[in-house]
Amino acid sequence: MAKQNRRDFLKTAAVAGTAISGLSIKPAKAAPKNILSEDRMGVLVDTTVCIGCRNCEWACKNAHNMPTQPQDKYSDRSVFKEMRRPDENAFTVVNEYPNPQNSEIPTDVKVQCMHCDHPACVSACIVGAFSKHESGAVTWDTTRCIGCRYCMVACPFQVPAFQFDKALNPQIKKCDFCYERTKVGKLPACVEICPVEALTYGSRIDLIRIARDRIRRNPEKYVNHIFGEFEVGGTSWLYLANQDFSKLQFPKLGEKPAPGVSESIQHGIFAYFVPPVSLYALLGGLMWITKRKNESEE
Amino acid sequence: MELFTRPTAINKKYFTPGVIILILLALNGLGWLAARFIFGIGAVTNLSNQYPWGIWIGIDVAAGVALAAGGFTTAALGHVMHREYYHDVVRPALLTAMLGYTFVAIGVFIDIGRWYYIWHPLIMWNGSSALFEVGICVMIYLTVLYIEFLPTVCERFIGHMNLKGGLKFLNRPVEKLLILLNRGLSKTMFIFIIAGVVLSTLHQSSLGTLMIIAGPKMHPLWQTPILPLLFLLSAISVGFPMVIFESLIAARSFGLKPEMRVLSRLGTMVAPILGVYLAFKLGDMFIRETFVYLTSFNLQSVMFVIELLFGVIIPLRMFLSKAVLNSPLWLFIASSLVVFGVFLNRLNNFVIAYNPPYKFATYIPSIGEISITVGFISLLVLAYRFIVMNFPVISQPDKKYSPATKFAIRGSEE
Repeated sequence: MAKQNRRDFLKTAAVAGTAISGLSIKPAKAAPKNILSEDRMGVLVDTTVCIGCRNCEWACKNAHNMPTQPQDKYSDRSVFKEMRRPDENAFTVVNEYPNPQNSEIPTDVKVQCMHCDHPACVSACIVGAFSKHESGAVTWDTTRCIGCRYCMVACPFQVPAFQFDKALNPQIKKCDFCYERTKVGKLPACVEICPVEALTYGSRIDLIRIARDRIRRNPEKYVNHIFGEFEVGGTSWLYLANQDFSKLQFPKLGEKPAPGVSESIQHGIFAYFVPPVSLYALLGGLMWITKRKNESEE
Repeated sequence: MELFTRPTAINKKYFTPGVIILILLALNGLGWLAARFIFGIGAVTNLSNQYPWGIWIGIDVAAGVALAAGGFTTAALGHVMHREYYHDVVRPALLTAMLGYTFVAIGVFIDIGRWYYIWHPLIMWNGSSALFEVGICVMIYLTVLYIEFLPTVCERFIGHMNLKGGLKFLNRPVEKLLILLNRGLSKTMFIFIIAGVVLSTLHQSSLGTLMIIAGPKMHPLWQTPILPLLFLLSAISVGFPMVIFESLIAARSFGLKPEMRVLSRLGTMVAPILGVYLAFKLGDMFIRETFVYLTSFNLQSVMFVIELLFGVIIPLRMFLSKAVLNSPLWLFIASSLVVFGVFLNRLNNFVIAYNPPYKFATYIPSIGEISITVGFISLLVLAYRFIVMNFPVISQPDKKYSPATKFAIRGSEE
């Protein structure tokens, strides 16, 4: 009788869970295969065009109300001596690499969140603080986050940063694809300011078409690889380059979405609560049988 | 004549030189802990955007959960399979699990940046997150462990209620309440015992799923899709060695006779379980052909070999030997090796194997991190000592020879 109650409880718990997660406002859940909008937006970064002026770094901080140096300070190219990464104080940084085709003009690479189509952070987050929006942006919700930093462990591009120095209300910081700006029809701040049009904002499908076109027309200039077209199931940000992407310190990643394996394991173990409930029933049966056996022996 | 034993509170002096040292270590940890809450995680730890998780997750949480596995393995053996023979070790194992998980929860609490939102997972669900599953299971299991421990508390106070002064009038009603609670618990305990085993199976394995999403950031010697299975198997295999380990330490510390009768028999079951774990571990290595990484000499390959050789293979051989099983010293060494092996495995999985693509410096835990971890372990030992000295947990030979009491105290069965 009591066992039955427990099973009912588990069932109710499952239903209640669905109800609660359904109630909470979530634009898109993990692995959103069928809700990814066909005309979701992206940015094509042509690293052969970028001149490393770092205006995007300034514009980004400006757009997100972060403390920043005056814009003219950003022309300082000495920062390129060391590789930099986006962190809690800068959502985007530009790094510089040697150019095999022309040693006079180095290759500059802007780095920021890639806004994956199947984001590991969205799948991993314990409280669902990350969302993949129809526009393509992956954003973080401060009202949910508990600061566990699992998103940072999960991200294949090592992008989310955490305010380790804050004792109260530390935040996860990363590029939000200027979600608030694009919502009202503005361009992302970095795209808007780029003086050489190294960044192209548009629907991801168009961007891939443009990228293919550039490679086709200049096969000696570009390597035949659009980084982000297939990596970890596709990303909103796409890159063109004139050398192998590993030389520009892009991670080597497969084409499977980053959360794929863990999600299938997770959903396998919890398929409608059948495995846990069966195990419960099995152990209950075992308990009953061994008890009877013991009693009959006595 | 069979020797009858019953759980009894141990009557010894609490403070010894060892206990004083533990108290100092605990105070040192608490000092650093205060700094963590006042100045933030960054001030106390060496964690960074490259290494978001350190030893607080690797040791306090992951190893803590694994080493508390004695609770559900002995519960399965003693209560689900009804092997009455092992009943003496169930209560100490349960206490370790209860304290272990309590400190796991505290470990999580101090590691998360927004500790005041720790309740968020209760209402904000993300079913695709392995961490969510671990979190929820650990929360429920911790509650179950406290419920499983309640009969011991009832047993301690029923007939011994002794409130002084103005609270005196409460003695009768509280005792009545405890008797009622105890009766209710003994009728329903089987629900919690099975739930405890199921919940443990779930989160012990899901703890392994945690790192899968890190993909190529994790060294291939450990990164495998069967991580959940390996975590579950290693947790099961460390369950009994951990019980033996602490039972022998407790016996030594309190000057009791080691319960070799039960412990050696418990030890006979270790080798087969450890063998299954080793088979999967090696099989996984050969199927994925990761043994090639062992040819290069680096931190990861050395740690992997230490973990496998000293943590699995050598103790496996030892547990197969009769001489080892019958000698308290050798049994202790063999059990310690398994405990060490699983401890190292969790540390390896969460810290050593984690290899971020962009790093500026390798993560080495700070003095503050180590102090807090050591402080928590000290507090756990102190709490264990306090509880076994005040509650009937450790079984001792029963002077009043009475088999009837032996079964009446169980709580879980009629």
